[in-house]
Amino acid sequence: MPAITATAVTSVKALRRNPLRSALTTLGIIIGIASVIAMVQIGEGSSAAIKQTIKNMGANTLIIFPGAAASGGVSFGGGSAVTLTSADAAAIARDCPSVSAAAPVVNARMQLVHGSQNWVPQFLVGSTPAYFKVRDWKLKSGRFFNNDDVRNANEVCVLGQTDVKALFPSGRPLGKIILVQQVPLRVIGVLKRKGANMMGMDQDDIVVLPWTTLKYRISGSALMNQNQNAASSSTTTFSPSQLYPQTSQNLYPAVSSVQAADTPNPVSFPNVNNIQVATPDSAALPQAMAEINALLRQRHHLLPGQPDDFNIRDLAEISHALGKTSTLMTDLLTGVALISLVVGGVGIMNIMLVSVTERTREIGLRMALGAKPTDILSQFIIEAVVLCLFGGAMGILIGQLLSTVVQSVFHWPIQVSMPAVVASFVVSAVVGITFGYYPAWKASRLDPIEALRYE
Amino acid sequence: MANVIEVRDIIKTYQLGGSPVQVLKGVSMTVTSGEMVALMGASGSGKTTLMNILGCLDRPTSGSYKLDGREIATMSVAQRAKVRNEKIGFVFQNFNLLPRTTALENVLLPMSYAQGAPAGAKLRRRGVEMLEKVGLGDRVDHHPSQLSGGQQQRVAIARALINNPTLLLADEPTGNLDSRTSEEVLRMFQQLNTEQHLTVLLVTHAPEVAHHATRVIHIKDGLIESGSPQFAPVGQSSSSAGVT
Repeated sequence: MPAITATAVTSVKALRRNPLRSALTTLGIIIGIASVIAMVQIGEGSSAAIKQTIKNMGANTLIIFPGAAASGGVSFGGGSAVTLTSADAAAIARDCPSVSAAAPVVNARMQLVHGSQNWVPQFLVGSTPAYFKVRDWKLKSGRFFNNDDVRNANEVCVLGQTDVKALFPSGRPLGKIILVQQVPLRVIGVLKRKGANMMGMDQDDIVVLPWTTLKYRISGSALMNQNQNAASSSTTTFSPSQLYPQTSQNLYPAVSSVQAADTPNPVSFPNVNNIQVATPDSAALPQAMAEINALLRQRHHLLPGQPDDFNIRDLAEISHALGKTSTLMTDLLTGVALISLVVGGVGIMNIMLVSVTERTREIGLRMALGAKPTDILSQFIIEAVVLCLFGGAMGILIGQLLSTVVQSVFHWPIQVSMPAVVASFVVSAVVGITFGYYPAWKASRLDPIEALRYE
Repeated sequence: MANVIEVRDIIKTYQLGGSPVQVLKGVSMTVTSGEMVALMGASGSGKTTLMNILGCLDRPTSGSYKLDGREIATMSVAQRAKVRNEKIGFVFQNFNLLPRTTALENVLLPMSYAQGAPAGAKLRRRGVEMLEKVGLGDRVDHHPSQLSGGQQQRVAIARALINNPTLLLADEPTGNLDSRTSEEVLRMFQQLNTEQHLTVLLVTHAPEVAHHATRVIHIKDGLIESGSPQFAPVGQSSSSAGVT
């Protein structure tokens, strides 16, 4: 539309004729948008920091526990089924699109020994490298163990900060050997501090090693609280505890062949205590639960109507808190944004009204020279919109600068928000049209005769 | 010669404090193409009201006004704006140039409201041509504040001519000028009238301005008092000034 282009050129020329007035007019918008951008960036920064913190606590993770096993009508309680395997974990990671990582976990509670120091960690975890991703662990030094270490059941481990303090008062744990049940483990990595979890448990009191090492070399069984049948099972794997028996003599008579036939030793299952699963964000949790449920039912050959032999647990409480926090944050910022933009818009309207009065003669002249009321209307609206867009652009720049300064001076986290930038531009234009309309309408309604005579 | 202005029984009534005041009481006049007419009258005579109607800025309460053969009295606001843009060139007493705007941009101002106007370099060339025509070819990029009163009025004349108007309407064009520059400006009107056969309507109260016209129309108390279609000698215009 060439007419609009011509009007736009006219508007820009009119604005350039009085740069100081234009700058002052747009100041309200500049300040408004700048504060919005700074607010949103700082707000989103802290929101992201909060999200990260909650993520550290495991808000976007699922834990899959084995279901209850039963023998002759006697249930052995939750977690006693032996159907959950590391292969399940691999399948979940591979086949469930909503899952970002899945790690099989084998737990144990055993004593660590190094030199004259000993310690029993809260968490002795056997897993795969995916565990570090799922639990969002970061390395302080050294390396994580890798899939080769898992495949070969290598005797390596990664220590948490609490265990480093307990076992290595002098520091430097890397490359040292610690003993777990007489099995030597080389310390290959040290984890960064994470602090207590939601329950107040020290998350740093942790030793992570390949699950194969823990299960087949150290504990020799999958579960510490195994059911009676499983407890009597023995693995064929070599274990030092078998070399140096710590138990006293068998108090019970040897099992007869009939008894042995009645209670056959179960095969050794490669089962794990649980599988920990991470999703990209907490919103993907319900989807991931559905996918995992379908996959595991298929893998465990469960017929329709048969109950699940596993339980999927999420940390609903935490993700709820997360949702509430970010909603509150967003609402607050939106409120602040609206107020400052309305103030800026009123400022624009104010000065545009003054400007219309001041430029009455110009309007009269333009009308006499052939400007239709609609021409005048669109000229003043475009002037307001151009001012607002310019103010918006300046505001975005200044807001960016402001948040960068805040970041470097106060060390607050900030996050550049593209939606905020786009929204600022749109809002600027809307403010321009809304608050520019009344002055423009007033200008267009002027009588050219009166306007030309206006002093 | 065709009639540029054809006014029939124009009545204009204003509402002043609830009571109607008739400012124009049935004015009829014609101006033919190529004429240079002076419209004279004292303040309160209805001269300004008539000029506003002739300039399509206002509408008569009743009566007919044809400009270049087209009826104006029944036109809408937007239609009249278009007519002003295409048919009429305005020259004002106080020049009415946009401040902090170059002479060239002032001259090109009507073009921004014209349909099918040239653009870019072509438009600029036309504006420069107009300024050269009024003898300001070297002042193209000067702002009004850098120009003398006479130069400012010449910029205004260039602006009035840019759309090739049918009628040049000058409202007290020399009111703010000294006698020497007044003479210059008036001679420019005469020149435009004789060389380009531009129809000029001078609205003034000063007889020395009016005597530059080929005809003088006197208005008094809302009625045309006298308006010889022939050339009005100096003596007549000065005597009529005495009447008003």
